[in-house]
Amino acid sequence: MKLSAIQATEETHAAISDIVNIREQSALHRVMTSQAFWVAAALFALVVFMTWLEPTFGTADNVTNITRNFAPLAIMSLGMTVVIITGGIDLSVGSVMGLVAIVTGLLLTWHHSWYVAFAAGLLAGLACGAFNGFFVAYIGMPSFVVTLGMLSIARSLAVVLSGNQMLYQFGPDAPIVRAIGQAKWPLHPPTGWAPRWMPEFSSHFWVMVILALILGAIFIFTAWARHLYAIGSNENAARLTGVSVDWIKFQAYVFSALTASIASLLLLGYSGSAINAMGTGYELRVIAGTVIGGANLMGGYGTAFGAVIGSAFLEVIRNALLMAGIDSNWQGAFVGMFIVIAVLLGMQTSGTSLVATIREWIVWKRV
Amino acid sequence: MALLDVRSISKSFGAIRALHDVSFSVDAGEVVGLMGDNGAGKSTMVKLIAGNFPPSEGAIVVDGKACHFHRPIEARAEGIEVVYQELALADNLTAAENVFLGREIKKGFWPLRILDKQSMIRRAGELFDELKSETRPRDLVKKMSGGQRQAVAIARARLSNAKLVLMDEPTAAISVRQVAEVLELIRRLKSSGVSVMLISHRMPDVFTVCDRIVVLRRGSKVADKETAKTSPEQITGLITGAIREA
Ligand SMILES: Nc1ncnc2c1ncn2[C@@H]1O[C@H](COP(=O)(O)OP(=O)(O)OP(=O)(O)O)[C@@H](O)[C@H]1O
Ligand SMILES: [Mg+2]
Repeated sequence: MKLSAIQATEETHAAISDIVNIREQSALHRVMTSQAFWVAAALFALVVFMTWLEPTFGTADNVTNITRNFAPLAIMSLGMTVVIITGGIDLSVGSVMGLVAIVTGLLLTWHHSWYVAFAAGLLAGLACGAFNGFFVAYIGMPSFVVTLGMLSIARSLAVVLSGNQMLYQFGPDAPIVRAIGQAKWPLHPPTGWAPRWMPEFSSHFWVMVILALILGAIFIFTAWARHLYAIGSNENAARLTGVSVDWIKFQAYVFSALTASIASLLLLGYSGSAINAMGTGYELRVIAGTVIGGANLMGGYGTAFGAVIGSAFLEVIRNALLMAGIDSNWQGAFVGMFIVIAVLLGMQTSGTSLVATIREWIVWKRV
Repeated sequence: MALLDVRSISKSFGAIRALHDVSFSVDAGEVVGLMGDNGAGKSTMVKLIAGNFPPSEGAIVVDGKACHFHRPIEARAEGIEVVYQELALADNLTAAENVFLGREIKKGFWPLRILDKQSMIRRAGELFDELKSETRPRDLVKKMSGGQRQAVAIARARLSNAKLVLMDEPTAAISVRQVAEVLELIRRLKSSGVSVMLISHRMPDVFTVCDRIVVLRRGSKVADKETAKTSPEQITGLITGAIREA
C-alpha cells in the first residue's frame, strides 16, 4: 500500500515539478493582483508625497501618532475581516467597545484589580459576540439585522450601566491600566536606546502587529481558515462536504467581538477614562478599512494584511488632509470616495488586477 | 447482492407526493441512469439516498445494511458521494483545497497543527491524473471549465473511496467537449469498480454510459430496463407518458 503510493509519487515526479513552477509564478501574480497590494502601493506613494510636501508629516512623533490612531481600528478590522469572509457583517463592534469600556471602568471604579476588570470587560464583549453568533449561525437570521440589534442593545446597556457618567476614578490599579494603554517601545533616550528618527511605537500598534501576524498565519496554515473561505464562497457546498458551518460562523462573530473588546481596553487605558460613547460610528470606519483592504462583502475573500493596510490608509488620508490644512469637514467626502473606488475595483475585477480591468476597458473601447 | 437497494420508497412534502413506492437496485460497478420529466422526483431520490432528508416510507439498504440517513455525512460514511454541477464546490478555493475540503491533511502537533499543502496538492494531482483530466491542483475553481469542475467533484468522491457516486445533471450546463470529458470520467469510475447513478435529461449521454435506465413519472417508477434492450424512442415515450409502462 505504502510502496505503491511511493511509486505513484515517483511516476508523477515530472508533473509535480511543473506544478511547483506554476505555483511560484502564481504566488507573485496573486500578490501583484490583490487589491491590498495596490492600496499598499497607494499608501506608500501618499506617505512619500506628504513627507515631501510637509516635513512634519514624516517625523517620528507624527508616525507614533498615526500608528497609534489606526491600530485600534485595524485590530477591529481583523475581526471584521473574519466575519466578512463568511459573507456576514458585524455592525455592533462600535457599541461593543462602549459596553466593554463601561463594564471595565465600573469594576475599576469599585477598586477591583485591573485584571479582574479587564476579564469582566472581555467577557461582556464576548457575550455580545456569542449573542450575534448564535442568532446568525444557529437561528439563521441575517447578520445585518442581528448585529444592528446588538449595536443598539450594547450602546443602551453602556449608557444605563454608566449612569450616563464618565468614569475616571479608577482606584489603586489606575496607573497599571494607564501604563497598558500608554506604553511605548522602543523609547528615546534618556529612558531608552532608540535613535531620535525612530518612532516610539505604541502598545496599540504592537498589539495590532501581533494579532495581524497570528491571524495571517491562521489564514495561510489552518483548515479552519479554509472552511471560513469555503463558507463565504459557497455555504451550501461547505455544509454538504461536512464542514461545521454553524460553529465556524459562530466563532467568527465571537472573534470580531474579541477584537472590539481588545481595542476598547487599549483606548480605555490610553485615555485613563471610560465613556459610554466610546466607539460611536466606529463600525463604519472599521468596515470601510476592511473593504478598502480588499475583503469582499459578498464573502469568500479577505486578508489580515489587507485589514491593516486599509485601516492605515484611511488614517493617513485623514492625517494628510489635516496637515495639508484642508478643512476637516472634507474628510468624510474623501473617505467615502475611497470606499466607493475600492469596492468598485474589487467588484469589477473580482480578484484580478486593476491593470487588467483598464486593459480590458481599452480593448473594448477599440472594438 | 446489490450495492444499493431502494425498497418501496415514498416521500411527501406536506400534500405533495414527490415519490410513491419506488424500488430499484444498483449493483457494484454498474452505471444506472435515472430519467424523468421535470418534477418527476429524480432530485428527491438523490437527496434521499445522499442523506439530505429521510424517506416518509420505505428503506434504503446499502451493502445489505438498512440505513436511516438524516445528514449527508452519514451517507458519506457508507461510501455514498454526490456530485452536483455547481452546488458543492467553493469557487474561491483551489482545486486541491476543494478536493480535501472538510478532510484536510494536517501535520505537526497541537496547537500548531497546520495544513500539509504539499501532500494535498500531490494527492489531488494523482487523482486528476487517474481521471486523465487536465485539472491543475493549484488553480482556483472559479476559473475552471464545467468539465474541470466535474473532475474536481469526482476527485472528491474518489478520495473517499466511494462505492456509489450520485450525479445530478452533471452535463446540464456545459459544452459538448466538456460533456464528453464528464462521460469519460464516469467510464473511469465504472472501470475502477465504483457504481454511478446518473441523472440526466440528455438521452445520448444516458445511452452512451449507462448499463440500465430507470424511468420515473410523477413520482412512480414506470420502467427499469437494460440499455441494450431499449431505445431512446421508448424511453422518451415512457418519460412523457405516451407509453404507459414497460
Ligand atoms: N423541499 C421540498 N419541499 C416541497 N416540495 C418539494 C421539495 N423538493 C421537491 N419538491 C417537489 O417534489 C417534486 C419532485 O421534485 P424533484 O426536484 O425531485 O424533481 P426532478 O425530477 O429532480 O425535476 P427536475 O428535472 O426539474 O430537476 C416536485 O413537485 C417538487 O415541487
Ligand atoms: Mg432535479
